[in-house]
Amino acid sequence: MIPELGQFALVLALLMAAAQAVFGLWGAHRGDPRWLAVVRPAVAGQFVLMSTAVGVLIYAFVSFDFSVLYVASNSNSALPTFYRVAALWGAHEGSLLLWGWILALWTLAVAAFSRHLPASFASRVMGVLGVVSFGFLLFTLYTSNPFARLLPAPADGRDLNPVLQDPALAIHPPLLYMGYVGMAVAYAFACAAMLEGKLDQTWARWTRPWTTVAWCFLSVGIALGSWWAYYELGWGGYWFWDPVENASFMPWLVGTALIHSLAVTEKRGLFKSWTLLLAILAFSLSLLGTFLVRSGVLVSVHSFAADPSRGMFILGFLVCMIGGALILYAWRAPLLKSPAGFDVTAREAFLLYNNIALVLGALVVFIGTLAPLVNDALGMQSISVGPGWFKYSFPYVAVALVALVSVGIHAAWKRGRLGENRRRLWIGLGAGAFAGLLIVFGAYQWERALSTIGIVCGCWVIVSSLFDPIDRWRRKLTLPRAIIGMTIAHIGLGVCVIAICAVESYTVERDVPLAPGETVAMGRYAYRFDTLEPVEGPNYDGVRAQVTVLRDGQPITVLHPEKRNYWVQRSTMTEAGIHARWNMDLFVAMGEDLGAGRWSVRAQLRPLIDYVWLAAFLMALGGAIAASDPRYRIRQPIADHQAAATGAAEAT
Amino acid sequence: MMARHKRLWMVVGILAGVSVAAWLGTQAFRSNVMFFFDPTQIAAGEAPPDKRFRLGGMVEKGSVQKTAGTMDVKFLVTDFRHTVPVTYTGMLPDLFREGQGVVAHGHMNHGVFVADEILAKHDEKYMPPEVAKSLKDNPPPPNITTGS
Repeated sequence: MIPELGQFALVLALLMAAAQAVFGLWGAHRGDPRWLAVVRPAVAGQFVLMSTAVGVLIYAFVSFDFSVLYVASNSNSALPTFYRVAALWGAHEGSLLLWGWILALWTLAVAAFSRHLPASFASRVMGVLGVVSFGFLLFTLYTSNPFARLLPAPADGRDLNPVLQDPALAIHPPLLYMGYVGMAVAYAFACAAMLEGKLDQTWARWTRPWTTVAWCFLSVGIALGSWWAYYELGWGGYWFWDPVENASFMPWLVGTALIHSLAVTEKRGLFKSWTLLLAILAFSLSLLGTFLVRSGVLVSVHSFAADPSRGMFILGFLVCMIGGALILYAWRAPLLKSPAGFDVTAREAFLLYNNIALVLGALVVFIGTLAPLVNDALGMQSISVGPGWFKYSFPYVAVALVALVSVGIHAAWKRGRLGENRRRLWIGLGAGAFAGLLIVFGAYQWERALSTIGIVCGCWVIVSSLFDPIDRWRRKLTLPRAIIGMTIAHIGLGVCVIAICAVESYTVERDVPLAPGETVAMGRYAYRFDTLEPVEGPNYDGVRAQVTVLRDGQPITVLHPEKRNYWVQRSTMTEAGIHARWNMDLFVAMGEDLGAGRWSVRAQLRPLIDYVWLAAFLMALGGAIAASDPRYRIRQPIADHQAAATGAAEAT
Repeated sequence: MMARHKRLWMVVGILAGVSVAAWLGTQAFRSNVMFFFDPTQIAAGEAPPDKRFRLGGMVEKGSVQKTAGTMDVKFLVTDFRHTVPVTYTGMLPDLFREGQGVVAHGHMNHGVFVADEILAKHDEKYMPPEVAKSLKDNPPPPNITTGS
């Protein structure tokens, strides 16, 4: 009975979404305030109904209701409670429900914090979000009902996929979806502006904090996913150019371009059409990401759903959302005129170059990710694009981008006479090169040109981004949050580049057969395989090894990698043993029993790898601080209070 | 006159830059694309003799041979009509099992596929899409069960 209530709530939410779309869009078109008055209640109603549906499904999980197919497929009586809740988004149907709920949450936030906006504009934004929500809920109900029954109910469930039974992965999908779906808000703002036929600098100011917050969530979501792949899949790397990873990386790259393009639109009223296009593109890629992960059409190491028929629906939905927006764009964009020009060395120009580099990077990822799919759709021979493509192409774009950031940071708006900043440029480059070469030759050694250039550029960005805040501080000027945030995010970029170059060039890895008592040496370090003992968990058993790490012959730490066999799904899982030092990770993962007392062991030293994720968090933190800048807050006292609350929520 | 010259050079420069980038990109793409072959295609001699490619099929039951205490492994990949012997040295993925789907990267060497990478997805129900398609297009003789 209770699961049917969930389904009923979902149907009602669909109707609410329809009401929100119709009253929001048509009401704004007719200019009838009575119609517009319906929109906010519809948003609130939809949120309540979606929350009910989510609550019902969580209740079904927690109360072991195996008569619900989705629960029976993704849970088990031996599964710990925490993972029974997280199992909600452990597979296709529940993930969609979560997507829909998060969309309802974002829409609710828009409804709450848009009272200072013109009524027709706010209604159009919510109307567009209603269309998105309607499409998604229809998809959920039509192809992937999470409340479908399984009668007679099985005695026990098939358990959650063991790779998903991990704290980082339990929170990674919601954060990632907060980012994906948040791009829908930027998209809705863009569509509403085009419908209004009015896109000015205030529009950009309204849009910026929403986009930045969505981008922060996306950054953290991607970083958590990458971290999970590192220690849970037991491969010991931060990025595998897996289609599922790429699917989240593309909207991030375009979203990064968007937040910078929005800055130009707000400050100078330029790049309007380009900004609109990026907003459409960012959300399209978010939808495509959902499509790629959820339709199972790609050869991927960890997409855990496979049903191409669902893909067709999402593809149709995608065509409607992108096509509709692009038609709107073709109709309205010619109306948008940019008032002023700028020099090729002005800040606008550098932001344009950075946009080109970011979109080019997204294109590289796009080609590599979708070429196999396109080839397949055209009925040609099945191909795959190896990581080599990305590893060869992406770094050049990235290095160009980082160098452009380092130079562009010093450029002034409108008339960028770089000559005036020549001193800063040279000091920045000199200090960056000095620090970078110190890292390369002091801590490591010459490996290859590209990583050395990368490390120098990373240091250069960090130094360059510090000039302005230090200058303001010395001249006792105010330091707005926007600038603090920007500085932190750019430092994050520099840290990220340095860390990636170090990991790519100075990792030491050995896959070796080892018997207890044997040692594998790696430079100053050595791993000694001590013992192997059985372990048992709530829903698995396995073996646990004890590996002592020696540095210059002295033991420094003991690692405990595990090999687990999950009972219900009868699958084997690797739990890596990792010890994080300040400058490197000591990583060990067990392979398999090779016989003759030996095990295959993967031993690695990964320099600076934790800084890759730290950098992502720095970028997100910077974004959150920038989004909380009082500049974005509204003048009316009540609204001001609300915005402050958002700011506080974002900063945490 | 000066301005026009300047613009001309800029256009030429941009065109040259774009062409070089496109050419480099195409080269990088071509050298990193890997084609997929199943055992029947390899038996028919369709696989390139000197290029890396992807081999996909099922790991034949009872065919996995390990040399105790080393990381060397030999097995047969089958599409139930032809088989290809595979050698590999290294860590096998957790889901590598007899009777299950597998995709290997490597090259042919005297009739043996020398794999440098073995893929098996982290999913119990996993059947690589390419393997599934290959088995669907060329169904195995009815007297053999696929064991999945």
